[in-house]
Amino acid sequence: MTSADVLLEVRDLEVHFAVPGVTVRAVDGVTYAIDSERTLGVVGESGCGKTVTALAIMGLIPSPPGRIVGGQILYHRDGGIVDLAQLPPRGQEMRAIRGNEIAMIFQEPMTSLNPVLTIGFQIMESITLHQRMTKREAKRQAVEMLRAVGIPLPEERVDEFPHQMSGGMRQRAMIAMALSCNPVLLIADEPTTALDVTIQAQVLELMNNLRRDFHAAIQFITHDLGVVAGMADDVAVMYLGRIVEAATVRDIFHSPKHPYTQGLMKSIPSLTRSKERLVPIEGIVPDPSDAPPGCGFEPRCPERMSICRTTPPPLVATAPGHDAACWLYQPDVHLVRRTLRGWK
Amino acid sequence: MIRVAGEEGALLEVTGLTKHFPVRQKGFRRLRGLVRAVDGIDLRIQERETLGLVGESGCGKTTAGRAVLRLVEPTAGRILFRSRRMAADGVAEARAVDVLSASRREMKMLRRDMQIIFQDPYSSLNPRMTVGSIVGEPLIVHRMGRALERADRVREVLAAVGLTPEHMRRYPHEFSGGQRQRIGIARALVLEPQLIVCDEPVSALDVSIQAQVLNLLEDLQREFGLTYLFIAHNLSVVKHISNRVAVMYLGRIVELASTERLFAEPKHPYTEALVSAVPVPEPDYMVERMILQGDVPSPVTPPSGCHFHPRCRYAVEVCRSEAPVYRDVGHDHFVACHRGDELSLQPIRDGDRSGGGGTAS
Amino acid sequence: MSGLLRYAFQRLLLTIPMIFILLTVIFLIIRVMPGDPISMVYGARPVSEELKAEKRAEYGFDKPILVQYGVYISGVFRGDFGNSIRTSTPVLQELFLRFPATIELALFGLLVAAILGFTTGVLAATRADRPVDHGIRVFHIASFAIPVFWLGLMFQVIFAVKLKWLPVAGRLGGEMAFTFRPVTGLYVLDAILRLDGHALLDVLQHLALPALTLGIATTGLLGRMSRASMLETLDQDYVTTARAKGLGERVVVLRHALRNALIPIVTVFGLEFAVLMGGAVLTETVFSWPGIASYLIRSINARDYIAVQGSVVFIALFISVINLIVDLLYSLIDPRVRY
Ligand SMILES: Nc1ncnc2c1ncn2[C@@H]1O[C@H](COP(=O)(O)OP(=O)(O)OP(=O)(O)O)[C@@H](O)[C@H]1O
Ligand SMILES: Nc1ncnc2c1ncn2[C@@H]1O[C@H](COP(=O)(O)OP(=O)(O)OP(=O)(O)O)[C@@H](O)[C@H]1O
Ligand code: SF4
Ligand SMILES: [Mg+2]
Ligand SMILES: [Mg+2]
Repeated sequence: MTSADVLLEVRDLEVHFAVPGVTVRAVDGVTYAIDSERTLGVVGESGCGKTVTALAIMGLIPSPPGRIVGGQILYHRDGGIVDLAQLPPRGQEMRAIRGNEIAMIFQEPMTSLNPVLTIGFQIMESITLHQRMTKREAKRQAVEMLRAVGIPLPEERVDEFPHQMSGGMRQRAMIAMALSCNPVLLIADEPTTALDVTIQAQVLELMNNLRRDFHAAIQFITHDLGVVAGMADDVAVMYLGRIVEAATVRDIFHSPKHPYTQGLMKSIPSLTRSKERLVPIEGIVPDPSDAPPGCGFEPRCPERMSICRTTPPPLVATAPGHDAACWLYQPDVHLVRRTLRGWK
Repeated sequence: MIRVAGEEGALLEVTGLTKHFPVRQKGFRRLRGLVRAVDGIDLRIQERETLGLVGESGCGKTTAGRAVLRLVEPTAGRILFRSRRMAADGVAEARAVDVLSASRREMKMLRRDMQIIFQDPYSSLNPRMTVGSIVGEPLIVHRMGRALERADRVREVLAAVGLTPEHMRRYPHEFSGGQRQRIGIARALVLEPQLIVCDEPVSALDVSIQAQVLNLLEDLQREFGLTYLFIAHNLSVVKHISNRVAVMYLGRIVELASTERLFAEPKHPYTEALVSAVPVPEPDYMVERMILQGDVPSPVTPPSGCHFHPRCRYAVEVCRSEAPVYRDVGHDHFVACHRGDELSLQPIRDGDRSGGGGTAS
Repeated sequence: MSGLLRYAFQRLLLTIPMIFILLTVIFLIIRVMPGDPISMVYGARPVSEELKAEKRAEYGFDKPILVQYGVYISGVFRGDFGNSIRTSTPVLQELFLRFPATIELALFGLLVAAILGFTTGVLAATRADRPVDHGIRVFHIASFAIPVFWLGLMFQVIFAVKLKWLPVAGRLGGEMAFTFRPVTGLYVLDAILRLDGHALLDVLQHLALPALTLGIATTGLLGRMSRASMLETLDQDYVTTARAKGLGERVVVLRHALRNALIPIVTVFGLEFAVLMGGAVLTETVFSWPGIASYLIRSINARDYIAVQGSVVFIALFISVINLIVDLLYSLIDPRVRY
């Protein structure tokens, strides 16, 4: 990754939720970057903070109970660098970016569209909000967008309500809506998780094609390693509110560094290889309100050392463009470990 | 109870199983049509095997699984079950029990032999019951053993699924999704069943937890000689756990074969498309994706002829008018496609040869 | 549209058995109440037992109960609700005369409740857990808990007796009662039809306190419902989608959330109407409002069987028609509902 065309940099982002009795550290020091016109896949298990990170970028953290308590979200635009974490979420400046320069699509196509408004209206609303256009022009553009996402007979479907469409069609409409203002960054939060495989394949192909035409960077959130492999240029692996590993897609799949990533690869059944016994990661994901003080993966890690229990490992480069947050890759810790082994 | 001779060896034999749900208009009794959720399926499951059942959402997998257990009353069809216990109970010449004509009392006996594990580990456990009473309840229902013996049995089963006796007095909400699924499995196991219908048992679980539960199911099968009807929409999971796989589309089984054959030599165009649509966790996996056009049609108004013809790239004239016969095309490979014998379809490419996909270094 | 008509027709058909059951129940209940209508009519006046017996025979009260029931039911199905015992006038005629007054009160009460309940509910939801929200919730509970007649009396004491801003009771004041010539019986409408500003003012002044009383008494439930429904709607994915477009919070609430939040409220609105009619009984009594509800109360007090039965059926029919209208409204708000 060259820093010249970095589009968005998230640095040490922390988002906390105040639920009665405890503070949930949903995002607990997340650092990553997205380059323009590239696709970053963000993978991680349920509850690890993928959605909350995305919402933080959009300025959409529900508050209360949520709050960005630390870190920066640096958005590189023509006029310079803006820290989105510092902008008032409901302010003019944030609203001009949200939905316009940075757009987002959500997981549930069935509930993400307003059931009482037509598809066309919901797309036009975005267009007229951010661009100087008459209603008629906006409608023409909405039809064009629907055509671009492969909805048949867009002139007719533009006046339909969401319930008249299937899940796949709705997700296409959501994509049309998000792309209608030509964003530079599209955040897609598990856009195909709720869809059937054959429909998922359609939508993924569509997104791959659109990516070329629209020149947008994509932050693609998913928990499906298969989807990441097919969609992403770069991958960030999240665990318990942190990025534990980030690299190009090939590096992640061919030489995973973090024990969690390695464990994940071994625990998924493969469609392409012959059957072998799965090697699961033992234990369960801790609750984010009760996270371990050191490395979040320590309780389940087969490689754990004593330092892992006490101190969270920083995210460091293990190779050019390949970062991992694990004490195994801290040179001096290696020495310590070797010595310890020698004693045993 | 009607006892009939089933085919040699099969634990469960399902013929022409059908379940239609009436669709009613809101507020009135007026019949709008029928959801052909399960529309005449044939299955045979051998003792100790795992038969995978895959298909897209709404194709009737759950309904089929429940109809087999008579948890929903089938509209038509025949289900023969070879109950070890009932054979031992005296009727030595009995070979298989006709499940659909079993009386209420006989059904209760059959329930011990046929159990189910549900998809949602959250809603399938009563939040106001302790784990001990959830797992022990089937024993009480079937009046098995005295309180102490029952407690012993519960402890035994909990140990088998990887939970400890201390867990007995806790409530479901104190457990994670994976642990709850273990509780559900324990509840199914406690009566020592022969057949367990697993309805998407790992779909709601985190990736890193799925492997734990899949391994557990495999271990239990070996240990207790269980037979699984394993329902899932995740092809990789089904491929991993099943000996044979049945593919469903719109209420019908379109293809059924041994796992190796099905993935190496698919005979039905839908299977080919389904397999090629699965995202493979291998960045360099290059394969021509057969992207199906259109949506899955509604089971209320399925297309004529072969249900799949509107989306099928190989469809010919006859596909529009005539429903293909579900037949054996050799090697116990069943397919319902007019062109099942002639087509040579794209198999799943072998990842072993493509080098190191997904292997941790 | 024909689906809509058919639906309406079927719904109306369904009310027939309902009315029948209701009639039967009322018929039985009223007859086990202590006291009989004939004695009530004469009160303390010394009347010979023969005269009373004669009167009883006239109304058929000497016959076995089943026969009375048969006669009454068959009358009802011919559209004859019988004559009031107390006033000897046909019940139906009396009901038609008083009906507009009740409708007017109910509609304006509902208007007050809708405006107050809905706005406060929505406001509370958008300011959830902040001081405004707490204040509004206290108001909702209070309005729900305060007895209607007490509220009515307080309003009378403050605004009519002390401040003398508004009349104490009735529908029309002084000479207006003699000069005003109603058309429909809905006085507000009539005053407008007759282009009589003077009358309109008078009518509205008389309507203000009863409508406010009834409205406020109904606000609490509606307000709590609105708040809950709005809170739930604001939590929906499509609201997040709307925010993600960059829309301002006001547009998000007014354009995206409001209509969806209305859907469950409308359902309750129909059911609420029954509660509102209960409140109307008390309101009409407090404000001497010449509507059906006060007629019902007086008839009950006089054990006027015939009048009670007629009023109850009338009110029940009214409520079910309102509910039907509410159901039909659904398809206007929610495009997923089609009849
Ligand atoms: N509104 C909220 N109030 C309290 N806690 C919240 C809220 N939203 C999210 N959280 C918590 O923050 C953590 C991260 O949630 P997030 O939705 O980002 O997970 P995710 O990675 O997107 O998971 P999934 O794959 O299930 O979508 C979770 O533990 C969740 O409980
Ligand atoms: N009780 C019911 N009444 C009416 N229709 C039903 C009922 N249960 C299921 N159906 C319909 O039958 C069809 C098959 O449903 P089923 O739940 O068996 O599908 P499935 O393959 O298990 O899907 P999924 O992957 O979503 O679980 C669906 O169209 C469903 O809407
Ligand atoms: S029968 Fe025809 S339409 Fe159906 S799958 Fe085979 S080729 Fe395709
Ligand atoms: Mg999420
Ligand atoms: Mg199912």
